[in-house]
Amino acid sequence: MLIDFFLKLKSHKLPVSIKEYLTLLEAMGKGVIGPSVDDFYYLSRASLVKDEANFDKFDRAFAEFWQGVETIPGIEAQIPLEWLLKQVELTLTEEEKKQIEALGGWEKLMETLKERLEEQKGRHQGGNKWIGTGGTSPFGAYGYNPEGIRIGQDKSRNRSAVKVWDQREYRNLDDSVELGTRNIKVALRRLRRFAREGAPDEFDLEHTIDATARKAYLDIHMRPERRNTVKVLMLMDIGGTMDDHVKLAEELFSAAKTEFKHLEFYYFHNCLYDFVWKDNRRRHSERTRTWDLLHKYGHDYKVIFVGDATMSPYEILQPGGSIEYFNEEPGSVWIKRVTDIYAKCIWLNPEPEEIWGYRQSIQVLKELMNGRMYPTTLSGLERAMKVLAK
Amino acid sequence: MRFTGSEEYVSTDDLTLAVNAAIQLQRPLLVKGEPGTGKTMLAVQVAKALGVPLLEWHIKSTTKAQQGLYEYDAVSRLRDSQLGDPRVHDIHNYIVKGMLWQAFSADSPVVLLIDEVDKADIEFPNDLLRELDRMEFYVYETRELVKAKHRPIVFITSNNEKELPDAFLRRCFFHYIRFPDKETMEKIVGVHFPELKKSLLREAMDVFFEVREVPGLKKKPSTSELLDWLKLLLAEDIPPDALRSKDRKTIIPPLHGALLKNEQDVHLFERLVFMTRAKA
Repeated sequence: MLIDFFLKLKSHKLPVSIKEYLTLLEAMGKGVIGPSVDDFYYLSRASLVKDEANFDKFDRAFAEFWQGVETIPGIEAQIPLEWLLKQVELTLTEEEKKQIEALGGWEKLMETLKERLEEQKGRHQGGNKWIGTGGTSPFGAYGYNPEGIRIGQDKSRNRSAVKVWDQREYRNLDDSVELGTRNIKVALRRLRRFAREGAPDEFDLEHTIDATARKAYLDIHMRPERRNTVKVLMLMDIGGTMDDHVKLAEELFSAAKTEFKHLEFYYFHNCLYDFVWKDNRRRHSERTRTWDLLHKYGHDYKVIFVGDATMSPYEILQPGGSIEYFNEEPGSVWIKRVTDIYAKCIWLNPEPEEIWGYRQSIQVLKELMNGRMYPTTLSGLERAMKVLAK
Repeated sequence: MRFTGSEEYVSTDDLTLAVNAAIQLQRPLLVKGEPGTGKTMLAVQVAKALGVPLLEWHIKSTTKAQQGLYEYDAVSRLRDSQLGDPRVHDIHNYIVKGMLWQAFSADSPVVLLIDEVDKADIEFPNDLLRELDRMEFYVYETRELVKAKHRPIVFITSNNEKELPDAFLRRCFFHYIRFPDKETMEKIVGVHFPELKKSLLREAMDVFFEVREVPGLKKKPSTSELLDWLKLLLAEDIPPDALRSKDRKTIIPPLHGALLKNEQDVHLFERLVFMTRAKA
């Protein structure tokens, strides 16, 4: 039976190994847990899942697997059903309730609702279509969506097993969702490169022993301390469509500031042209020529563009395409110059990756960046940092 | 040996189970969670509850795996040799035992805490695989094999700053300490401040969870910050109704410095509170 469980986890793309599975069996053999499903859930999670980002996947796989095994003592399969009932009752009028009775009663309706929800989870992309529109489905009319049904949220005492995993509390930890400052910092930390530079102020034991052995008297050697030497040039899109992403850009910026000692940042609007600026309030008076930028920062800098790349394609490809002033050279030329100078250069895009294909300007810029455009999710950021750290 | 929580530490069911699984199967337990949710305290409290000694090994960015086993103090041997000290003839005098060696050679089982394992170099966990799995290692200088007399109960904490290698993870049990809900939080506070007035507690908890929900905070206050704040409130003898003051001048809770550690956060919070109160 548990082999099926193991395979179920595998099929949900959880990185479980045979060693961990054997550990779980060993623990059960030693009687770590009683005959309770709650305990089994906790034990299997502790032994098989090693990253909280995978907890949500595990919860779903566990719920799916457990549906087939309802006869085991300790499982009350009707509990989530009750819970659903309660939710529905809150929102239904008497008339609607009668209508439902006509459809075959609560139990049946809830079963179907559960099935629907499941199907919907499976399809994922077409999610909105299933429940909510059209009005032909008996559920859509009552304004349901899977977000609305959070099983077990209001009762935390005396949790029944089914509820614990059906709550899907770890949904937010899944690494495809957006990030907070801390997560960003952690992702940026991948870029750290240590090198010994500067004044020799650390005792170098190995070298000292070596030199002492050679000279037969104590010969002390010092060396510089290891420091993070990564250099980052950050170019951020500001204003216009970026207003929707202000919070994210802020978080990214504050995280980057604490992580890198050599961080230079400049703003641009929509696309990179002749000028960039440091202070958005004085963007017209205190500008820096992009040429100066390219001359000032050596090619060992890593360049990170942050922007939604959402604009008219003319703004990138045509001279005079800028919406602010007449630019002699198109933005694409400037982007090309940057990618020519800096081998390590990427674009972070706060727009979700799924919609990139529908926006021409994103496609154009992605091509200009040689495909190195990444979404600002945790996994996207990690992919980006890997490219930069290579 | 079984752990069931302690008088000073509120352990949730899943955490208790993970601890017991790790104790019985003698495998390390990896604990992750938001800062300030009691990862390090767990090892301290388990050691206390089981009545066994605790060895702590705090990891820094410069820590090497070898330092946990032993270190060969070549410098003092070199110095002794130049001074003609007779101790120089025995290499054992210059081998300094690390935390793992101490844990392995203890006469009774101990709890070993490897704190903040993610701070170290990326190779650090890989270098400890065999040591944690087989609980033995080889001392090259003296050509001896050190084997654990009793397998220690190992707790490893991580702040998620680096991903840990799979080979390492496969050898551990894993637990993620969630941020406690209101009810668990009340229990935790009850354990730390048994004589706290009910009314003050209720108001303080409301304020605390309100602050946590403020969108855009750079660092959300955590359990340990709540406890610090309550300690201050008690010390200053602040009445419960002061926390709910409607007065414009005192729009932010007293002693908020214990909860918010960043001036931008304080500023943001002030603005938000002002806006909502103005509306009300």
